[in-house]
Amino acid sequence: MANYTLQINNKNYRVDVEEDTPLLWVLRDNLGLVGTKYGCGIAQCGACTVHLNGAAVRSCVLPVSAIGTKKITTIEGLSANGEHPVQKAWSELDVPQCGYCQAGQMMTASAFLSKNPKPSSEQIEEAMNGNICRCGTYHRIREAVALAATKRK
Amino acid sequence: MSAKSTRRDFIKASAMAGGGFLLSFRWNDALAARLTGSAPGEVAFNSYLSISPDNVITILSPNPEVGQNIKTSFPMIVAEELDADWKNVKVVQANLDTQKFNRQATAGSGAMQHSWDRLRKAGATARLMLMEAAAKRWNVSSAMLTTENGFVWHKESGRKLNYGALAIEAATLPVPTEVKFKDKKDYKLIGKPIHNVDNAEMITGKPLYGLDIYREGMLLAMIERPPFGTKIKSADVAAAKAMPGIVEVVVFKDKVAVLGKSTWQVTKARKLLKVEYEPDGAVESTTDHDRLMKQLLDKTDVKPLRKDGDVDAVFKTAAKVITREYQAPFLSHACMEPMNFFAHVRNDGVELIGPAQLPEDTRKNVAKLLGVDIEKVTLEMTRMGGGFGRRQRSDYSMEAAELSSLLKAPVKVMWTREDDMRGGQYRPAMLYRFQAALDADGNWIGYRMRGVGVNSGNSTRPDHFPAGAVPNFLVDSIDHKSPVTTSPWRAPSENFLGFAEQSFFDEIATAANRDPIEYRLAYLDKAKKSPVGAVKYDIDRMKGVIELVAEKAGWGKNKKVFQGFSAYFSHGSYIAQVAEIEMQNGHPVLLKMVAAVDCGVVVNLSGAYQQVKGGIIDGLGHALYGEVTLKDGVPDQKNFDTYRLIRMKEIPDVEVYFVDSAINPTGLGEPALPPAAAALANAFFKATGKRLYNQPFMQEETMKGVKFG
Repeated sequence: MANYTLQINNKNYRVDVEEDTPLLWVLRDNLGLVGTKYGCGIAQCGACTVHLNGAAVRSCVLPVSAIGTKKITTIEGLSANGEHPVQKAWSELDVPQCGYCQAGQMMTASAFLSKNPKPSSEQIEEAMNGNICRCGTYHRIREAVALAATKRK
Repeated sequence: MSAKSTRRDFIKASAMAGGGFLLSFRWNDALAARLTGSAPGEVAFNSYLSISPDNVITILSPNPEVGQNIKTSFPMIVAEELDADWKNVKVVQANLDTQKFNRQATAGSGAMQHSWDRLRKAGATARLMLMEAAAKRWNVSSAMLTTENGFVWHKESGRKLNYGALAIEAATLPVPTEVKFKDKKDYKLIGKPIHNVDNAEMITGKPLYGLDIYREGMLLAMIERPPFGTKIKSADVAAAKAMPGIVEVVVFKDKVAVLGKSTWQVTKARKLLKVEYEPDGAVESTTDHDRLMKQLLDKTDVKPLRKDGDVDAVFKTAAKVITREYQAPFLSHACMEPMNFFAHVRNDGVELIGPAQLPEDTRKNVAKLLGVDIEKVTLEMTRMGGGFGRRQRSDYSMEAAELSSLLKAPVKVMWTREDDMRGGQYRPAMLYRFQAALDADGNWIGYRMRGVGVNSGNSTRPDHFPAGAVPNFLVDSIDHKSPVTTSPWRAPSENFLGFAEQSFFDEIATAANRDPIEYRLAYLDKAKKSPVGAVKYDIDRMKGVIELVAEKAGWGKNKKVFQGFSAYFSHGSYIAQVAEIEMQNGHPVLLKMVAAVDCGVVVNLSGAYQQVKGGIIDGLGHALYGEVTLKDGVPDQKNFDTYRLIRMKEIPDVEVYFVDSAINPTGLGEPALPPAAAALANAFFKATGKRLYNQPFMQEETMKGVKFG
């Protein structure tokens, strides 16, 4: 066990966990930030996607000891009340079905749009291809990413 | 249309604690029995909506939500007949309550068919009582009153009152025995794209799912389960138990559970378990199943499920006999949220929380397992990260209850993705043989079909088309009992049968030198004009979707693409699909799917579109890539790296058209899936001249080297 200070959603959290603990389980078990989901544990489905210094990463394979002072953003920190352009687009297009994968989808989308604010449809597909949606809401996800791009300031 | 309360109906209005109007229903009528096919007197439904004096209308949604959008569409129906302002409606997920509700189940696309009239009656009855209360207040006849958007109006005097202001008085009035339902043309909510009531929670990451449950003192449990057909020979748990954070290791029912304070500590400790297994019955591999199913195809003296005419005779004299076989592998349900459940077994009762498609079964099974009075078991339903039939089983919830009982602590059982794929329940593996007899003029005179499955139950649908249209007809089914556990998987049996039937039909049309749509319509007309035996599908509705899809897809008009057609009836609904493939640099690319749907009245247009689009994507994805194979009772696929699900880059565009229908809603969670793979395979044949017979398609010889999508 070791102590870590994590900067998550602009707040500092102190946790005492084993150093190989994936960030996903620190968020869920230790900090009650359960918006980040477990889907596969091997970085295949994208349900656990969070931002590390703004880049999308898979928290299920990211050991807490590798984070250091990097800033973490989870779905809870994307915005407090659903005001982020990606969240607004998701809501406007009524994207979720079961909803379980959608936090990961939105975290991938928001990191992508901050690097590529005016993406083509092909670029959106490339960026989102790592996130699985078992319900098959891919059409709406694709539309929502494009819509979110128009909402960003 | 009107609904009359029968003698056994019981509708009770009462004042809410703290003021307001609470209307509860207990219906036990013949109509319900007919709709569900259950015995008369068995069905008792109890819905409940409340209106507070400050005009908040709360509607409980009793059914489990797996993403089929029932939590939004059920309350819409109540609100429609109530003439409520949707903005003032608060939707709350009900817990399991067998006293108040009936059929709190997500299975068989049956919820809407079961509850449509009950929900309408709930809203319409409350509306009448609110009008009556206003009539008394204003001393006018209720016939002079109208309702709109949460208000009762007396147009003549320009007076209006919102429902909240009338709620307390309404609660004191007698309950009307007869209510009128709205005409479809007057709907303000039904048929509109109403957004999911949980969107705000979902997009901000609020706890909604079973896995999100955390409680004080809760232990996390992971369980090592035996390969199919084996039992534990020895278990050395010492090393695991000695790991930090581990509270207990329990061997029970040929399983080993590791319980601890954190998911990661339990994950690591579990790897140190040393468990040896020995056979306990048949230890089977996919090669065994392949051989067994093939043998069963030739079994004689099988009792037919349907037999019309003289099949043996007509096959002896036929000018042409076409025989084809189609094979399906096991599939994982692969719900994005793996199986999990929370249980707290205390002396005074049992608390269950988690994802369950059949919560009533879950409660019953847990009560039986623990030997406790069922009344002492409560069950809170969480939103589910997918279900697809897997969560109709109670195995995982019973594990949680058993461990909580043993440890005397609250326990959350969590299955990893690997557990889900390896120790779970599967879509049964199936093999079908179809035979068609044609006469010298190309008339289809004989049909013989056999379904064989591994724990599939009856893998056929003996009354499906061409039943009624082909005069000599025989369907039978054989089930191989295996230790490999199976369970319903979105559109059970039909998820593959739809492909097999519709691919075979395409071959018959091709062999008869006829256009498949023209040929289908001709045989549907035949079934209508001179049916042989019972016709248990609606020929007009079937023709309706076929004609609509042909029009919308421009069937046969676009010469640049290769089109494939299929049409299917399941769960009360009719769906026809056309797939369009284009050859690009020698590779077939699936560009588009067009679907025409008759599901009766569309309740929520947004949810309905997504059920169809998602069903098609699901059907295509599993047909192309999905497969679970076994070696000595152990599945070869363990996670999404080897069990491939369809991804965004692989999806075609999907166009969906609904038939404008006024008949009561029929199923929509499942029916779009079965025809999808056939439309694809039939288009693939047009494009390449090659037929696909076995899933997953990407493993087929003809697909080698083909880059799809």
